[in-house]
Amino acid sequence: VNESLLRELIPAVIGVLVRRGADFASAEDAVQDALVRSLDTWPDDPPRDAKGWLITVAWRRYLDQTRAETARRQREVADHVEPPAGTVPDTDDTLALYFLCAHPSLSPSSAVALTLRAVGGLTTRQIATAYLVPEATMAQRISRAKRRVAGASLSSPGDLDTVLRVLYLVFNEGYSGDVDLAAEAIRLTRQLQSMADEPEVAGLLALMLLHHARRASRTGPDGRLVPLSKQDRSRWDTTLIAEGVAILQGALARDRLGEYQAQAAIAALHADARSAAETDWVQIVEWYDELLRLTDSPVVRLNRAVAVGEADGPQAGLAELADLDPCLPRHRAAAAYLHERAGDLELSAQLYAEAARAASNLAERDHLTRQAARVHALWSGTQ
Amino acid sequence: MKYLMLKHYRGGPTPAVDYAPMDQWTPQEVDAHIKYMNDFAARLQETGEFVDSQALAPEGTFVRSDSEGRQPVTDGPFAETKDLIAGWMIIDVDNWDRAVELAGELSAAPGPGGKPLHEWLELRPILSGHQTITE
Repeated sequence: VNESLLRELIPAVIGVLVRRGADFASAEDAVQDALVRSLDTWPDDPPRDAKGWLITVAWRRYLDQTRAETARRQREVADHVEPPAGTVPDTDDTLALYFLCAHPSLSPSSAVALTLRAVGGLTTRQIATAYLVPEATMAQRISRAKRRVAGASLSSPGDLDTVLRVLYLVFNEGYSGDVDLAAEAIRLTRQLQSMADEPEVAGLLALMLLHHARRASRTGPDGRLVPLSKQDRSRWDTTLIAEGVAILQGALARDRLGEYQAQAAIAALHADARSAAETDWVQIVEWYDELLRLTDSPVVRLNRAVAVGEADGPQAGLAELADLDPCLPRHRAAAAYLHERAGDLELSAQLYAEAARAASNLAERDHLTRQAARVHALWSGTQ
Repeated sequence: MKYLMLKHYRGGPTPAVDYAPMDQWTPQEVDAHIKYMNDFAARLQETGEFVDSQALAPEGTFVRSDSEGRQPVTDGPFAETKDLIAGWMIIDVDNWDRAVELAGELSAAPGPGGKPLHEWLELRPILSGHQTITE
């Protein structure tokens, strides 16, 4: 059994324990224990029925825990902790678990952690490594999250928007440590799409696939960031692009546009261009207009200004930028880019240097410092 | 023993080399500098001496509590403080001498013209946990 197949079983196993009468928090703990044990023992001694093994071990673990708890409180071991006689109905609670773990009462970071553990089947240690926090911190975050949703039932209807937001956050975190969060987000969104037939779920999946398709070309051999216009497009994954475009077209045909579909449409237009110069910026600006109608976010306005700069020339883009708050993330980088294209190298170099100082991550800071150095050298050459 | 190597944007002894800010170097000089820093960290990971490394954004703010029930008071950011920390690296090495050796190596990162920056780094021992055997 490979690890990703194993992880696919986790939400179903939690569901079985909950249907047998365990509360969600204890069931989830018991299954996590079983999961950690399986990672230790299965390589040497793989079971024939992986799911059956997990259910048995997790249930035993749950009973042990509950008995210990009950004994400590000097209560009787009541029959509610015994496995009910007969079979458990074979329904799948996986979708319900998505809703529970992305419960609107949870903070985004808690919802992300709980989703990765209870739906994604990752261990606390893996999640902690991926987010660069100590394991004890992550364990605490998860148990607090579980306490918060303790009152919510698996059968109450959930909020699909928050689930999509959580999966989007996981995807955006990308890749650090030994867990590929982008691939994990895609797997979870695929699974969600098979259970929730909604255009925005498809839109998010398409968006992820289209961005994932560019991953190999997004960083250079030395780990440096390569911007879209400079990427080697022959390294884009055409299979993923074709799949993303097909999923997006299916979603758009249903005529219920949402922000993920609009973002995916923009990504699809980039994927469609054989070179940066062939990009259909006019259509991209139109999609940003749609996106603005749906979300009205300042970040979208900023990206739209850059697209306008490509479609109608740098002066038009700069005019759009002038209406936006200069404190917006990447505002200076966008201005630097447009000023370089407009021929004002001195101002561009200065803005790139300011943008580097305002960058929120190291790869971006290094990239912007290189841009500043490049434009500064061009400008020096003209002096 | 763990040591903190602090890199400053400003502050510390008078710089040994006077150089322009990085955004005015050539792109090749920037690349060489970044590569040197990355290679240094990678090498310490291999020797088992690397603990952590973080870079800080230059702008922050000072914060203190106010009287009960009131929002904390903030001050700054200050454009021209005497001392400004750029980031740090924590190493776990056998002794002080090794820590000094490594800090010296890191300080030799190349700058304009590929020449070492000889930048001052601040080296501070990290206080260890309580020891069991003390007599």
